[in-house]
Amino acid sequence: MTLKVRYFAWVRERVGKAEEDVAVPADVKTVGDLVQWLSTRGEEYAHAFENPKVVRAALDKMHVQPEAALGSAKEIAFFPPMTGG
Amino acid sequence: MISTVRLQSEPFDAAAESARLTQGRADAGALVTFTGLCRGDEAGVPINALTLEHYPGMAEAEIERHVAEAKARWPLLGVTVIHRYGRITPGEPIVFVGTVSSHRDAAFAAAEFLMDYLKARAPFWKQVERRDGSTWVEAKSADDRAAARWHKRTAAE
Repeated sequence: MTLKVRYFAWVRERVGKAEEDVAVPADVKTVGDLVQWLSTRGEEYAHAFENPKVVRAALDKMHVQPEAALGSAKEIAFFPPMTGG
Repeated sequence: MISTVRLQSEPFDAAAESARLTQGRADAGALVTFTGLCRGDEAGVPINALTLEHYPGMAEAEIERHVAEAKARWPLLGVTVIHRYGRITPGEPIVFVGTVSSHRDAAFAAAEFLMDYLKARAPFWKQVERRDGSTWVEAKSADDRAAARWHKRTAAE
C-alpha cells in the first residue's frame, strides 16, 4: 500500500522533508505501527519520533489515535501538538 | 444561519467582519467577537514576528467541523471564523471569532467554545522569530484543558 506521508512544524524539520510517498509493508496495520516502522528508516526519523507520545497524527485530515487502523487511507500527517488560535 | 470560515495570509479588518455579521438583521440580540493578536513578546522576551504553519485542507475541515458542532449546540444566527497563516508581526491580528444569537448566553458560549477548540485542535503551529533565531511555540496543557471542559460539560448534560 502506498501512503502519502506529510510532516509539519518541527516534525517536518527533523525528518527533513514536508511529504513523501511511502510503500507501507503489509504488517504495518495501525498508526502506531507506522510510527515504529518509520523510526527504523534512519536517524532523522528516529529523532522526529523519539517521543512518540508527543507526535500527533491525522488520517485523511482527521485527528486519530495511535491505535487507529490505516485501512484504505490515502494520506497521513504527523505533527507536534497544535499551537494555533 | 450564515457561517464564514476563511484562512488567509493577509490581515483582516475585525470591525468590518463584526459589522458584516449583523448587517440587515433584526433578529440578532447579541454579537460576541474575539480577536487574537500577535504579542510583542513571548514569555517576556521580545519577538520580531510569529510565523504560522498550517495543514491546508485539514485546517479548513477541522474549523468547519467545530462550527457545525457550535451550530448544533447553540441557537446561532451567524458565525465567522478567520485564521491567518504565514508571517505576522506584533500588533497584527491572527484570529477572529464572531458569533451572533438572539441572546448573549449562546453567543458568549459558542465564541468561547470555538476559540478553545481552535487553540487545541486546529492544525496550526506557531514559530517565534527572535533576533537570535527561531523556535517553535510549545503547546500549553492549559489549552488542552480548556478544550476538554466542553467534553465534560456534554457528559454532564
